[in-house]
Amino acid sequence: MAAEREPPPLGDGKPTDFEELEDGEDLFTSTVSTLESSPSSPEPASLPAEDVSTNSNGRKPAEVVLDDDREDLFAEATEEVSLDSPEREPILSSEPSPAVTPVTPTTLIAPRMESKSISAPVIFDRSREEIEEEANGDVFDIEIGVSDPEKVGDGMNAYMAYRVTTKTSLSMFSKSEFSVKRRFSDFLGLHSKLASKYLHVGYIVPPAPEKSIVGMTKVKVGKEDSSSTEFVEKRRAALERYLQRTVKHPTLLQDPDLRQFLESSELPRAVNTQALSGAGILRMVNKAADAVNKMTIKMNESDAWFEEKQQQFENLDQQLRKLHASVEALVCHRKELSANTAAFAKSAAMLGNSEDHTALSRALSQLAEVEEKIDQLHQEQAFADFYMFSELLSDYIRLIAAVKWEAKVQQGERDFEQISKTIRKEVGRFEAKRVKDFKTVIIKYLESLVQTQQQLIKYWEAFLPEAKAIA
Amino acid sequence: MWVWAFGAFPTRVLRPWAEGPAFLFPTAHGPRPSAPGRGGAGCSEAPPPPAATSPAPPAAAGSLRPRGAVRACAGPRLGAAMMEGLDDGPDFLSEEDRGLKAINVDLQSDAALQVDISDALSERDKVKFTVHTKSSLPNFKQNEFSVVRQHEEFIWLHDSFVENEDYAGYIIPPAPPRPDFDASREKLQKLGEGEGSMTKEEFTKMKQELEAEYLAIFKKTVAMHEVFLCRVAAHPILRKDLNFHVFLEYNQDLSVRGKNKKEKLEDFFKNMVKSADGVIVSGVKDVDDFFEHERTFLLEYHNRVKDASAKSDRMTRSHKSAADDYNRIGSSLYALGTQDSTDICKFFLKVSELFDKTRKIEARVSADEDLKLSDLLKYYLRESQAAKDLLYRRSRSLVDYENANKALDKARAKNKDVLQAETSQQLCCQKFEKISESAKQELIDFKTRRVAAFRKNLVELAELELKHAKGNLQLLQNCLAVLNGDT
Repeated sequence: MAAEREPPPLGDGKPTDFEELEDGEDLFTSTVSTLESSPSSPEPASLPAEDVSTNSNGRKPAEVVLDDDREDLFAEATEEVSLDSPEREPILSSEPSPAVTPVTPTTLIAPRMESKSISAPVIFDRSREEIEEEANGDVFDIEIGVSDPEKVGDGMNAYMAYRVTTKTSLSMFSKSEFSVKRRFSDFLGLHSKLASKYLHVGYIVPPAPEKSIVGMTKVKVGKEDSSSTEFVEKRRAALERYLQRTVKHPTLLQDPDLRQFLESSELPRAVNTQALSGAGILRMVNKAADAVNKMTIKMNESDAWFEEKQQQFENLDQQLRKLHASVEALVCHRKELSANTAAFAKSAAMLGNSEDHTALSRALSQLAEVEEKIDQLHQEQAFADFYMFSELLSDYIRLIAAVKWEAKVQQGERDFEQISKTIRKEVGRFEAKRVKDFKTVIIKYLESLVQTQQQLIKYWEAFLPEAKAIA
Repeated sequence: MWVWAFGAFPTRVLRPWAEGPAFLFPTAHGPRPSAPGRGGAGCSEAPPPPAATSPAPPAAAGSLRPRGAVRACAGPRLGAAMMEGLDDGPDFLSEEDRGLKAINVDLQSDAALQVDISDALSERDKVKFTVHTKSSLPNFKQNEFSVVRQHEEFIWLHDSFVENEDYAGYIIPPAPPRPDFDASREKLQKLGEGEGSMTKEEFTKMKQELEAEYLAIFKKTVAMHEVFLCRVAAHPILRKDLNFHVFLEYNQDLSVRGKNKKEKLEDFFKNMVKSADGVIVSGVKDVDDFFEHERTFLLEYHNRVKDASAKSDRMTRSHKSAADDYNRIGSSLYALGTQDSTDICKFFLKVSELFDKTRKIEARVSADEDLKLSDLLKYYLRESQAAKDLLYRRSRSLVDYENANKALDKARAKNKDVLQAETSQQLCCQKFEKISESAKQELIDFKTRRVAAFRKNLVELAELELKHAKGNLQLLQNCLAVLNGDT
């Protein structure tokens, strides 16, 4: 079987629900089928827990329709996990819903007929490099954009709708480019689903952006001032980053809920949107910690690893918070500087007007102009400071909170070892990604600083001859 | 708890600046204490600038220093050794030096009378300036001598000019502003209190910064006082003033106490002048076009300079705060870099280093803007006020003249005390004409000085901004090259 197939592109998502499989449809069919099955999606969430206990072969019989492709899918999707992890109960049946199965693919494969398992390694070999490369680079061929915020409705029932555009060549999606309208609570709903499915088995689910009552109220009430536009812009950017991070996660990408979120034109209104944001997660952390404290935990060497990691993350968290605070202060001062420069520019212009020596007067007006341009520069720089640096940091602080939660969670779970492996993998992935993210962002930021300096040079070079011309 | 109040420490500023880095910069260890017996021997004779002696031993940062410590050495020679704390010292210095001179661009150094401040000492709440004079004029007993003066004595001198009727027709060089270290001291105090809440590096960095700030303020106040003296010395009439000579030469305390009464009087005076302003402005229109124009111009100019000066100040201060933030960011990145175990740690350290360097440049940009722009504007704020004062005096004398005319007419009409009235009228007329004549020249000179000073400062400002921007750019590009190369 393995031989026939050409390795499907990584992340070829198939409908994850077994219900879908029951439909017996071609796994690559449009979202329609996904939609149909989605109502039941909450179910899979509970599944993992069950599956954890059930054994391999006891899968929902339905999904047996194992396709070569799906198998392949497994192979690719599971690349990250070690092959030799104990056969874990396949989360959701054999199905290629790796998304729903936070467990290693091997487990998924295991329940399959032995024949499949045999073929599995072959599959692995084949697309391994590809997968490896992709997994390491975390480059899945999918791009998400969040744009065009628009206000829908009036008064306190109003909300902002954002356009979520997906561009992808992954075949798990029915089209290569599509967009839908989503509101903030939809994002929160997505996150809550993903979190409930994956968090406690060891995956790091990117946290959703924070809810903000004040900000939203202003927007609802129709206050069209710069602070509410700023708020909307901040939120839009945060939502975009959130989605980008989520789809970068190979396992989450497979999740049917995520796909539904991206593709379907109508989404059932998420009601329980207590944002599992950083704050929410922290609350859960505390609850979990309490539960954990009640259990006695046997120490073994992997605990030591977790201890160390936890400590590391604590430190990192602290440092990042400090850095975040400093960057926020910088943004604030930069804005102040911009305002003060503008004020000075006006004042210098006035002074130039009253100066009765012509050349000096002209030079002063020029100075005023230069300062005005510089003020613009400062504003843009503040913008860059903020968006590039500050938001990234706050995202990371929340991500770390999520990771910390992971570490605590593992202490309380059965199937400790499996989850711990998952977590280690996740943590490793997180760290690698963090490194990359940071580097990219900081480099971009430095480049923006470079631009600012170059502009400054231009302005002052233009002014110098004017100053010299004062006779 | 670290106890260290800057004010408790005598800080010295040694001249000559022109020679370059012969300037006291506090090292990381705090300012050097002064020579012993400052209050005594120093004042009663004219000590030549202290010769090079052993520098005060550095103390570990954060050590407890007794208040008002006085060392038993003849006074530290601030040489290049002192510069260790600040790697950009010399540059900073000479720029400021230039800035100072630039305000008085046309003050030729005149062999007949050369005045400068060769040394300065900051003690608690007082600053003592060593005024050094070199003169070939016969009025002085020696050709070269020094005395120690405090701020109040400068004010006394200034006020004596203002009150002197003979000088009514001149722009009296504005008095130097009072040395004000309160803000800086407060910051140092706060730093001391907050020592526990920051890392050692951060603390050291901030301490260095604040010390540099304190020193900058100190240098500025010295510069302002010196400018005042130089202007007086350069003025053909004022330089001959007797009070001035006493100020320069009399090596005892001038005993200008009783300031409070004086201050009260001054305030009263100022208020009078202000209301006179109203009268004069709205009242008599000047016959003379030149003065009419000048009056209109000066009033408006003065207000706008005031505004520009304030805004420039605010701008420079924001700039400095932003630069300070870089400091903290650099420290955080450094901490991240050292505690992190992944390969990003090298990255962080490099970026942290970049922020440190960039911050120094930004701080210099802010300092240079302060010097070239804010200080310039502040100075011309004061000078334009002095020019306005001149106009008031002229207007007052015009009013007096006109009143004398009226009195004369009345006297002639009544045929009583005519001679007296005539004499009085003559005097007023003479006074008015004398004032008008010299005022005209003074105002023309003022304009020339102003234009020249602005030109010099604006050119220098642009050059410095360019220099710093290019430096910054270079830094950033280098850093980016390294970072990109690594990844």
